[in-house]
Amino acid sequence: MKHMRITTAHQSITFSRRMMILGGAQAAVGGLLIGRMGWLAIAQNEKYNLLSESNRVQLIPVPPRRGWIIDRNGKPMAINKASFRVDLIPQQIVNGPHIISELQRLMNLPPDEVERITRELAQSRGFQPVSVADNVPYEQYAAITVRLPDLPGVAASQGFTRFYPGGPTVGQLVGYVGAASAAEYEKENKNPLLLIPGVKIGKEGLEQTLESTLRGEPGGQRVEVTAHGKLVKELDPKPDRSGGTVQLTIDSDLHEYAARRIGEQSAAVVVIDVTSGDILAMPSMPSFDPNNFSDGISKNEWKMLSGDDHLPLVDKALESLYPSGSTIKPSMAMALLNAGIDRTQRVNCTGSYPLGNHVFHCDRRHGPVDMDAAVVHSCDIYFYDMCRRVGAEKLAPMIRSMGFGEKFDLPIGNQRFGTVPDPQWMERKYHREWQTYDTINMSIGQGMVLINPLQLAVMASRLATGKRVVPRLLKSQPVQPQAQLEVDQDHLTFIRKAMWGVVDHGTAAGAKLPLDGIQMAGKTGTAQTHRLSASERGNYTAALWKLRDHSLFMGFVPFDNPRYAAATIVEHGGFGAAVAAPLIRDTFLFLYDKPKAMAALQNFEQSIGGTPEERLARKTASWRAANGLPPLPAKQA
Amino acid sequence: MITSAIIPKPLARLPWRLIFLVTGIAGFGLIVLYSAAGGSVRPWAMKQSIVFLGFLCIAVSMSWMRESTIKAIAFPLYGVTLMMLIGVEALGFVSKGAQRWLDLGPIRLQPSEFMKPAIVLTLARFYELVPPAEIRKWRAIWPAMALLGVPAFLILVQPDLGTCIMVMLCGVTVMFLAGLPWWIFAAPAGAVAVAAPIVYSMMHGYQRKRIDVFLDPESDPLGAGYHIAQSKIAIGSGGIWGKGFLHGSQSHLQYLPEGHTDFVFATMSEEWGLVGGVLLILAFAMVIRWGMRVSSRAPSRFGQLAAAGLSATIFFYVSINLMMVMGLAPVVGVPLPLVSFGGSAVMTVMLCLGLLMALERQQRTVSRLI
Repeated sequence: MKHMRITTAHQSITFSRRMMILGGAQAAVGGLLIGRMGWLAIAQNEKYNLLSESNRVQLIPVPPRRGWIIDRNGKPMAINKASFRVDLIPQQIVNGPHIISELQRLMNLPPDEVERITRELAQSRGFQPVSVADNVPYEQYAAITVRLPDLPGVAASQGFTRFYPGGPTVGQLVGYVGAASAAEYEKENKNPLLLIPGVKIGKEGLEQTLESTLRGEPGGQRVEVTAHGKLVKELDPKPDRSGGTVQLTIDSDLHEYAARRIGEQSAAVVVIDVTSGDILAMPSMPSFDPNNFSDGISKNEWKMLSGDDHLPLVDKALESLYPSGSTIKPSMAMALLNAGIDRTQRVNCTGSYPLGNHVFHCDRRHGPVDMDAAVVHSCDIYFYDMCRRVGAEKLAPMIRSMGFGEKFDLPIGNQRFGTVPDPQWMERKYHREWQTYDTINMSIGQGMVLINPLQLAVMASRLATGKRVVPRLLKSQPVQPQAQLEVDQDHLTFIRKAMWGVVDHGTAAGAKLPLDGIQMAGKTGTAQTHRLSASERGNYTAALWKLRDHSLFMGFVPFDNPRYAAATIVEHGGFGAAVAAPLIRDTFLFLYDKPKAMAALQNFEQSIGGTPEERLARKTASWRAANGLPPLPAKQA
Repeated sequence: MITSAIIPKPLARLPWRLIFLVTGIAGFGLIVLYSAAGGSVRPWAMKQSIVFLGFLCIAVSMSWMRESTIKAIAFPLYGVTLMMLIGVEALGFVSKGAQRWLDLGPIRLQPSEFMKPAIVLTLARFYELVPPAEIRKWRAIWPAMALLGVPAFLILVQPDLGTCIMVMLCGVTVMFLAGLPWWIFAAPAGAVAVAAPIVYSMMHGYQRKRIDVFLDPESDPLGAGYHIAQSKIAIGSGGIWGKGFLHGSQSHLQYLPEGHTDFVFATMSEEWGLVGGVLLILAFAMVIRWGMRVSSRAPSRFGQLAAAGLSATIFFYVSINLMMVMGLAPVVGVPLPLVSFGGSAVMTVMLCLGLLMALERQQRTVSRLI
């Protein structure tokens, strides 16, 4: 060994000592690393295995088939049609404008649609596909499929489209489906099902209110995907469960017939089977074609619908309120009888009825009328006078028990139920005292009296049966037991007779059923919306449509053994006898003699310019022309 | 049995155990790269094997260098590397962007890589020149600090935090072994410990968030914590025996980012499990232990300090990478030498090993195999 100076030796010792410290530190770090790895791989293995699996396996939801809506006889009202569809996946698009113009060329897309696609693409959330077209014809689908490699971001797939065989006639009742909006997606806690192209949820009507039944349970295709979303392989799938079928009480043939019979008018018809309360038909026209809505409606189509003064987007059977007009009179007569009025007592109708400094009118001079004549010929003066004697407090309960102002539990949102006024209500609502002229207005269903067409049909049902008929729309709902109304059978018989008189020799004498042995009973109504001069009232074509009176009719058949009740309110239709009564007559006719009814419908439609499809097409074309838009390309089969 | 009769003497005198060890680690790395590429030698395994073999040859040929030669080139090597670092900085200034590479026609050099062995050799040489009596004096401290601080600062501003930390740690290790007073190391460590909470409380929200994410990567699994979170999932889901060769879902489905470079250990652990990980760590430990023994047996002070510093370089490479991959350190971009794809780390480690082999050769006269 070489001799070392003390400082060198000291340094050597320091070095050895520090080498040991360094070596120890290194060993400690090594131990720490092995320990850490053991912790991750053994103690937390289960947790990380789970995370690794959830990375590896993704569930692609397979949308369930939407449940059907069928009518009382099992006839489909809303079903699914196999269809081809084309979507755009915003994330994968390379050259957006080029792809859209290619798609426009290949698929004959109208400019409206191109505009919608461009707009939705700009607003899309990246991963959420934008629908190019539903229900694509096979030739176009094939043309897209072969060009897919040149069209990055385009996805062509097979799916199902909602199909409504009834078209526009069921629009209001059944509603429509559409792709979920961002708000709906958030509301359902970001349900991934709603993001799948082609998945439609109920947006209106029964489709919306029965969503939970109709939707079903999504299945799933379990797939192995990379971090970039590329599919590697498919694993065993989880089956889906189709939505449940909903059966309605509607008779779709009758419903469609009534809808077509409404023609160009803005009206709702309600037909009720009085034995069960089943609503057999409840069309509201004009309407929209829900088949168009399920494909995604264009901005122009929407504009056309929302700008229409016939309100095709409103369900007039349940969402609109009207004065009842004279259709209230049979019930009012019941109330008078109940209050002890002698039905043979006469009131002299001079055509006018002064009250204070105001004069109330009748449509003509009826002379001395008893109760029967007052109902049959719809004399207002009789009811002014008699109701004034009895007073509103005694009248209103009877009117309410007949269905006016009553709320019905139907699976339709936005129902409005109207009012039957009385002094207490007036105090509550307007903080003023009930006046005699309020009674006079109420006596003929004007003023504060507001009803919807369903309530009018219920009133007809209750007058027909003397029982508390409760309407029902879903077959699955139990039939409500029909309690006897608190009315005198003798009074009821008298009123039915009077309503038969209305059709036999009264205001609706022109609307007799052309059937042997089956006769209709009913009551016409003409509800004022604006004050028209006598000359205008006599010549309706002179008055603006918007200013004309509503035309109402309610009735039941057969008058001697009632089975069906119906009511209609035709907006601005004019005299109840002229428009509403024949409409109900033909609707009843369809229930008893289909060929005769169809012949009547054909005559009627010829007089107004063809079938609803032809008329809608013409209307669309003229609207587009008036708004400076090019005509739509012919629809391909 | 290999005898000197069969194998020529120069070959037999090579440190075969180390070479086998290193080749074993690199070979295992190639298998992992093969799997990371989805069961293909392209694009990584083939290229990496060529790079490795090339640098292995360089390292082996370096083993014939004399200690005196190494001593002689220590300062010039440091000087040239420092010039290159400044050059890179200037280039970056001109091109108005971050710059780490020096483009020399066919090869692209990353001068900061050379700085790791260079700083070790320079400091070893410096402390050899310092007389033992002077070691605790200020004049033995400040030149070392300057020698270390200037390149560390240049690397930090590139910016390359990982390499900067590596260079600092290598330099500090040599200074520590040279026998500088304790307070030199204790004082900054204490200052950091005291300052950290204060600095944290003064930080901006986003800066705090980065620290928070490092401390708890699961709090931001899709953002800054994504790398660490996915890496931990890969290691943790591998379990004891792994998912099997070519069966790692994290790497093959690309959930694990950088699965062939910085996070190659996670790729490996997923398929080979704890067993593969421990074997790899032990193999590295043996390489480092070999280097540390070269240091403790070295006859000269330069040899001692240089060998220990070079071994420490390898140690810091491995441990920083593994701590990063296992979520014990922030993601600073330090690869796992010999396993990660990429030439720089292989080059640095093989240069270190070449120098270590040269120093080791001086310590013996006969082959270890005989």
